[in-house]
Amino acid sequence: MRLSPDQIIFWQMGFFKLNATIVFTWLIILALVLASILVTRKLSANIQSTNTPTNNRKFESTQRSRWQNLLEVIVISINIQIKEVGLSQPQKYLSFLGTLFLFIALSALATIIPGFSPPTGSLSTTAALALCVLVAVPMFGIQEKGLAGYLFTYAQPTIIMLPFNIISEVSRTLALAVRLFGNMMSGAMIIAILLTITPLLFPIVMTLLGLLTGIVQAYIFFILATVYIAAATRQRVSATPIEKETAINK
Amino acid sequence: MLIDWFTVIAQVINFLVLVWLLKRYLYRPILNAIDTREKRIADELTDAAAKQAEAQQQHEEFLQKNSEFKQQHSARMEKLAEEVKTQRARLLETVTEESEALRQKWQVALKNEQLSVQQSLTQYVKDEVFAISRQVLNDLSDSQLEARMCAIFIQRLHALNEQETINLQASMHGSELPMIVRTAFELAEQNRHNVAAALNDIVGEEIEIQFITAAALVSGIEVNCHGQKIVWSIDNYLVSLKKGLNDILTEQTTVNTNTKTAENQAAEGQKVEGQKVEGQRVDGQRVDGQRVNDQGEKLVKTNQIKKDKIANDQINKEQNHDLSI
Repeated sequence: MRLSPDQIIFWQMGFFKLNATIVFTWLIILALVLASILVTRKLSANIQSTNTPTNNRKFESTQRSRWQNLLEVIVISINIQIKEVGLSQPQKYLSFLGTLFLFIALSALATIIPGFSPPTGSLSTTAALALCVLVAVPMFGIQEKGLAGYLFTYAQPTIIMLPFNIISEVSRTLALAVRLFGNMMSGAMIIAILLTITPLLFPIVMTLLGLLTGIVQAYIFFILATVYIAAATRQRVSATPIEKETAINK
Repeated sequence: MLIDWFTVIAQVINFLVLVWLLKRYLYRPILNAIDTREKRIADELTDAAAKQAEAQQQHEEFLQKNSEFKQQHSARMEKLAEEVKTQRARLLETVTEESEALRQKWQVALKNEQLSVQQSLTQYVKDEVFAISRQVLNDLSDSQLEARMCAIFIQRLHALNEQETINLQASMHGSELPMIVRTAFELAEQNRHNVAAALNDIVGEEIEIQFITAAALVSGIEVNCHGQKIVWSIDNYLVSLKKGLNDILTEQTTVNTNTKTAENQAAEGQKVEGQKVEGQRVDGQRVDGQRVNDQGEKLVKTNQIKKDKIANDQINKEQNHDLSI
């Protein structure tokens, strides 16, 4: 039984190989970039959208398209989410975190296409994403607080916590990778198993459930990465008792 | 082994490429568009606020102008009403003046007519009085009257002043013509003698005297002596009376004219006019009465003074009336 699309190898030359994970990833990338290019090619800064009826023909050519609205909604929603987590300048992290979410979400949604196996169902992909987060978090932390300031956070609240903090860093990366892989893989696996037992109705329901699970996982991955970055970039980790009290009251 | 490290590396690269591509083609343009739109919305809101403020200001200006216009309108209407009132008053005044002038003209004409009637009446009365007097004296003239007349004439002769006496004496000296004494009736011998004695006495020598009867004298004696004339007759009195009456008539006309001028100057009240006319009428009647009674120059003068006084009183009265009005 095939657990990962890595195992489908189209071409291989020594260390280099072209497996299904990479190909499907490229497809996802292609879809995302193409859609972005197509939509943002004719962006409009106009206030009027195509859904809003207007008698003024002057603005018709520069009206916003539905697709632009959709992309704006997505981007703004991601932005808001990042901000709600606690990052005061979401635009700085939007590219990284937003791409994480869009990639994972589109991979999950693409499972609805027959024959498509999500690249996130491969532990290699999720590990790669988790590694990216593992690298990105200290990068953003150092960018925000400086190297010493960032490294000092590992010794918080006491120096004794240093190893635990490092272990936490590694373990949460591992958890990120395995969680996403497990969920995506299990979803595909369950559907495959169910197809053999109840070929007609049940797999459809499970596919729907899989879509939901995929979106939820995308959200979880995105939110966790955001939280990690927020924790790393926060200026003062330890709060005074008064601040704590204020936070509780809030 | 579930992890293929080449795939991991490839996916990392893939992911980073995707991040770059999406940043390039998705996030940046979308965020720019959103920013631009938000800016435009903010601008339009600012613009709308400015326009609203401007509209509010214009609205207030309009209200203010409207109120000013209303005020001007009402002020102009009031002014117009005032002008209409003034114009009306002026027109009324003009009409009143015109009617007043017409009425005064009419009154003058009426007074002239009245005066003319009065004059003809006076003339008639005068002529009648003369005629009656003449007739009465003619009827009364007799020898006794002649005697009395002679006595008065002699008294006159004696009362002649020195110059007249010298003139008379000079006219008789060296003259061969007789002195003519004319009387209305034949004088009695005694009377002739008395008159001749008186004349001789004045002249200072015996002169020739011729007595002639002349009925035109009515009653009286006239002495004619080479240009010198000494007369005493009732006709003389009558002629003097006639002259006096003519003088009165002339004076009366002058007084009337003066009174009219004074009336015109003083005539501004309307109700006074009737009183004026009444006063004038009374004045005229009074003058008429005096005309009949007057027989000498003293009376004429007295009458004149009275008339002046009456005219002055009347003018004063009218002026007082005007003041009181």
